[in-house]
Amino acid sequence: MTDQIRSVDRLDLLAAETTEGPQELRPREEISPDEIGREIGAVLRLQGLNLDPNAIDIENPDDERMIINMGPSHPSTHGVLRLMLELDGEYVMRTKTIIGYLHTGMEKTAETLSYVQGGTNVTRMDYLSPIGNETAYSLAVESLLGIAIPVRATWIRMMMNELNRIASHLVWMATNGMDVGSTSMMIYGLRERELILAFYEKTAGLRMNLNYVRPGGVAADLPDGWEDDIALLCDSIYERTFEYDQLLTGQPIFRERMIGVAPITAEEALALGLTGPLLRSTGVAWDLRRSMPYLAYDEVEFDVIVGTYGDNFDRYAIRLNEIRESIRIVRQCLEKMPAGDYRSQDPKVTPPPRARIGESMEALIHHFKLFTEGFHVPAGETYVGIESPRGEIGCYLVADGGAKPYRMHTRAPSFTNLQAVPLLLRGGTLSDTVTVISTVDPVMGEVDR
Amino acid sequence: MIERPALMPDDVVLTEGTSCDGVFFASPANYFAAVTALKADGFEQCLDVLGVDYLEYAERALPEGIAATRFEVVANFLSLSRVKRVRVRVQAGNEAPQVDSLFALYPSVEGAEREVFDMFGVLFDGHPDLTRILMPEDWEGHPLRKDYGTGRVPVQFKEGPGPR
Repeated sequence: MTDQIRSVDRLDLLAAETTEGPQELRPREEISPDEIGREIGAVLRLQGLNLDPNAIDIENPDDERMIINMGPSHPSTHGVLRLMLELDGEYVMRTKTIIGYLHTGMEKTAETLSYVQGGTNVTRMDYLSPIGNETAYSLAVESLLGIAIPVRATWIRMMMNELNRIASHLVWMATNGMDVGSTSMMIYGLRERELILAFYEKTAGLRMNLNYVRPGGVAADLPDGWEDDIALLCDSIYERTFEYDQLLTGQPIFRERMIGVAPITAEEALALGLTGPLLRSTGVAWDLRRSMPYLAYDEVEFDVIVGTYGDNFDRYAIRLNEIRESIRIVRQCLEKMPAGDYRSQDPKVTPPPRARIGESMEALIHHFKLFTEGFHVPAGETYVGIESPRGEIGCYLVADGGAKPYRMHTRAPSFTNLQAVPLLLRGGTLSDTVTVISTVDPVMGEVDR
Repeated sequence: MIERPALMPDDVVLTEGTSCDGVFFASPANYFAAVTALKADGFEQCLDVLGVDYLEYAERALPEGIAATRFEVVANFLSLSRVKRVRVRVQAGNEAPQVDSLFALYPSVEGAEREVFDMFGVLFDGHPDLTRILMPEDWEGHPLRKDYGTGRVPVQFKEGPGPR
């Protein structure tokens, strides 16, 4: 019996429970050249290059190479990303990302929750941009329901989405600063984000995982005096973005870590399915807000920021400038915010006002039905994709006519963007690995779902 | 709705779909040819591949001539040059679902196809590394199948028997 207890004497038992087996990166001796070629970068095959993977990397004898683990609980992996790196000295030869450490079966959970409850589930996927998840989900449900959303609700959604983009990029600026050794940026980024979270709390009652955008509109109207809050927030964050410029953009050490590190071409980016800042950094001006406008993005002015070289610095500059563009959009929302309802008045999807419940039997029944059974969505399937801070977040929904989704799938931008990591890391140094993971900006909650 | 691509196999059915410019219905036999035609037609990106298990909803609406199977694989495509979005729905099979992998056309599907394999047990012919991605390697079963139980925590009512 005792020999079955995991201990230092029985390392094989330990290994059996911690290993991912075939998911891991294996030594070159054990795998075929094809597989090495793929791990070096699948897209190389697209370009028609007939590389012999054994021929390119060998400068030193094989015994110099080693495979090491980075993560899953490494501070620079932003969660529980595990990288297996084949190192030649300090240089990264091959990489494999191993994910799943944060898998909580949210897609399965979604099948057991009604459409009303679904928002609480999706909001926890990409926990840095909850509004983006909720918007994609709500738009998908609404496209099947075929209900019209009041104009004000659309504008509130748009404003909250942009605030979310600012908050998400600020966290990115903060953690990226941390990764390159600028701990002061960490503090500043989170300080500014706090302004937005405070506004969220005032509006929705929660700071993160808001469940604010719901099928049919938003959960609550903007609070009294929101104009002043937003104006103050825009002004202070806009000013401070120029302080980041001083702190980071012109900083020689920062530039050394960023410029020319881990470039990617537009062709590779498209082949790897990259979206968002990663795709735009290669010069492809693709932003769903501009290209396939949803909400009211065709009524506001903003610039799509694109890069040129697809390197770390371009990805940094795009995010910094997107903060400024988002502030521009938020200011226009402030000016143009229409009056009216903040949610649809369709009694099928929207609960009756509290005052009506006390006096109307029908309102009471509607309220009860809505929060016990939920509303029924006509049968069909749909896919709605919107621009989250990390790229295209999409929601695929199959409805069977009942009150729960038959199947809900989220197209997570981080999941796909993560596939670029082996290509980006190849040939770089181990210290660059940290900045590359950072500029890819994966959120593991969304990768693993 | 988009026009039918020139190279699209004849037995692939094109219909209108919700929030997109067209839905193609394919079978495992013509799936790869259909996607090849889409790629030639200017769809640069394959955004996603996902699976659906229609075990409890077999009576879903399908166009004429498409025989429903239990598993369906859905692939989303985006054309940046034409600003179009389409999806391909493949009837993947009942007992041992198997379709061609799109890896040779779109390397972006590497992770997504592994996820579908992991969650539904759909085999992708030609995928270079079909291993589990989210679940541990020694996991049994495919969690997103409809006959895979979710488990539950019993709710205790006042009159119900207590835990002791």
